[in-house]
Amino acid sequence: MASPMRPVTAVAPWPVDEQRLVDRLAMTLVSAAGFALFVPAIVLFVLGVLLVPLGVLGVGFALAHVVVPLVEVVTRAHRGLGGLVLGETVPAGYLRTRGGFFGPPLGWLRDPHRWRDLGYLAYSATGGFVMSGVPVVLLVALPVHLILAVVLGGTAAVVLVLSGLLCLPLWWILTPPLVRARALVERSMLGYSVADLESRVERVEETRTDALDTTAAEIRRIERDLHDGAQARIAAVGMNVGLAEKLLTSDPAAAAELLREARETTLGALEDLRSVVRGIHPPALADRGLAGAIEALAVPIPLPVTVAVDVPTLPEPVESAAYFAVAECLTNTVKHSGASRAWVRGSHDGRRLRLVAGDDGRGGADPTASGLAGVARRLAAFDGTMTVDSPAGGPTVVTMEVPCPTT
Amino acid sequence: MPDHLRVLLAEDQALLRDGLVRILAADGIEVVESVVDQPGLDRVLRRDDVDVAVVDVRLPPTGTTEGLVSAIAARAERPGLPVLVLSQWVEALYARDLLADGQGAVGYLLKDRVADVDGFVAAVRQVASGGTVLDPEVVAALVQGATAGPLDRLSPREREVLALMAEGRSNAAIAARLVVTEKAVGKHTHSIFTKLDLPPAPDDNRRVLAVLALLQG
Repeated sequence: MASPMRPVTAVAPWPVDEQRLVDRLAMTLVSAAGFALFVPAIVLFVLGVLLVPLGVLGVGFALAHVVVPLVEVVTRAHRGLGGLVLGETVPAGYLRTRGGFFGPPLGWLRDPHRWRDLGYLAYSATGGFVMSGVPVVLLVALPVHLILAVVLGGTAAVVLVLSGLLCLPLWWILTPPLVRARALVERSMLGYSVADLESRVERVEETRTDALDTTAAEIRRIERDLHDGAQARIAAVGMNVGLAEKLLTSDPAAAAELLREARETTLGALEDLRSVVRGIHPPALADRGLAGAIEALAVPIPLPVTVAVDVPTLPEPVESAAYFAVAECLTNTVKHSGASRAWVRGSHDGRRLRLVAGDDGRGGADPTASGLAGVARRLAAFDGTMTVDSPAGGPTVVTMEVPCPTT
Repeated sequence: MPDHLRVLLAEDQALLRDGLVRILAADGIEVVESVVDQPGLDRVLRRDDVDVAVVDVRLPPTGTTEGLVSAIAARAERPGLPVLVLSQWVEALYARDLLADGQGAVGYLLKDRVADVDGFVAAVRQVASGGTVLDPEVVAALVQGATAGPLDRLSPREREVLALMAEGRSNAAIAARLVVTEKAVGKHTHSIFTKLDLPPAPDDNRRVLAVLALLQG
């Protein structure tokens, strides 16, 4: 379908020609439409605001089924007008809702896009009303003034004709910027930005690569831990026992000593295996959940640690990442901070896990140091973030957030 | 070959290094120098007053295949330099790389094998005297994997003999193991050499080439 008007890109008052005149008349028409939509906007805005308290009473749910679709109709019209002016489509990005009677209203309540719609209605009834009103008023000023001049006559007629004539250049100059400005507001409030989506996709790709890197690094670490630890010890046990076997008759004392050593090395190998297993999936996490596991982390710390973690059961990888993140923070506290006490708080608001680890030490923690950077990478794999607030002189507060609905 | 062997040791893990020194010492083999990383190994492999080098595949700095790389490089410079490589994994490719020059005097053993103290010491002595010793697990992996090529021509019995040959066993030892006469083993080995198109050469060298055929199977 051919666009009924040319996109408004240039807002300069020149050149003055017939094409530009047709453009401005079309813009004024668009303004008139936006201006007229002020009436449903103000009504729907008031109703929309009332929905929440009415929802508490129950009536709001029924009303929402009428009001919200109407809001959608009105904002769709505005999207159309804005898109017409900008020469692009302004897409809506509502969240999908569940079915039933209560499902949609509850979904709408949680949808930021719906709330922006409501905000837009407020704008449409105020600033938008003025912005769209000006071109219309300036254009109709001349004929209205002329009619009044004829009716009134005398000095008033002269003033009316002059002021009416003055409105024309003002209309010519002001219409394009006002129309374009309103369209930009429509796009930013009612549309969702493709650039935002693109940057989000980019971020997801980055974190996925990070996650793969982290996984590969983890596997290398585990392999190396095994090679240098348990595997080497068990090989050494084999050597000791082999030699002891050989010396059993010729030098029983030396053989006994070798066997004793072998037994001790076996214990070391078991300890190695345990620590590798702990590094993969901490048994404490499996046994007691995140809150319990963090409490267990605090036990061997040689300073008082206050743990207040109240979180539901979360997906295993998230719990694991969170556990290691807190472990790293506590390790840093012990190693570098010189703190006299530390604390860990954890909560979950239904959408994201939030962990805060802090100490009263000397501060100056470096978020780019390998330990903390590793934490940030681990969390980034789940779209999580880490912020470190650690001024010189302390205290240090590390805040970690991971978006994660409860299972 | 003097009875008193002089050995170089490259092993970064103290626990294993101590164990190896003890095991070798118990058999009258002297570890003249031990090193813990690749630069050290590269240096000591230039010594010409030692009989054999016992080298861990993984050495610092990166802990990947430094020991093997250094051993192969040193043997390129000094063909036939006796090297016994120890590894914690079976990796047939490593063995192939080592044997590729066809010079013999190489060994590739799993560290587990060291626990068989007498077997390990015998392997050290055998490599020092120019023999080839492959870990039974490496051999097993190779025999299993070998489906195409000249090995197809071997009878099952001949394959068995070849595998034991690759482990570094003498004809007498193979005979004992298979419960046949040494003469019968001699016949099998001769048949293996013929079937693998190995040219007439001193028996030791042909044994190495036969093992190589196994590796390339």
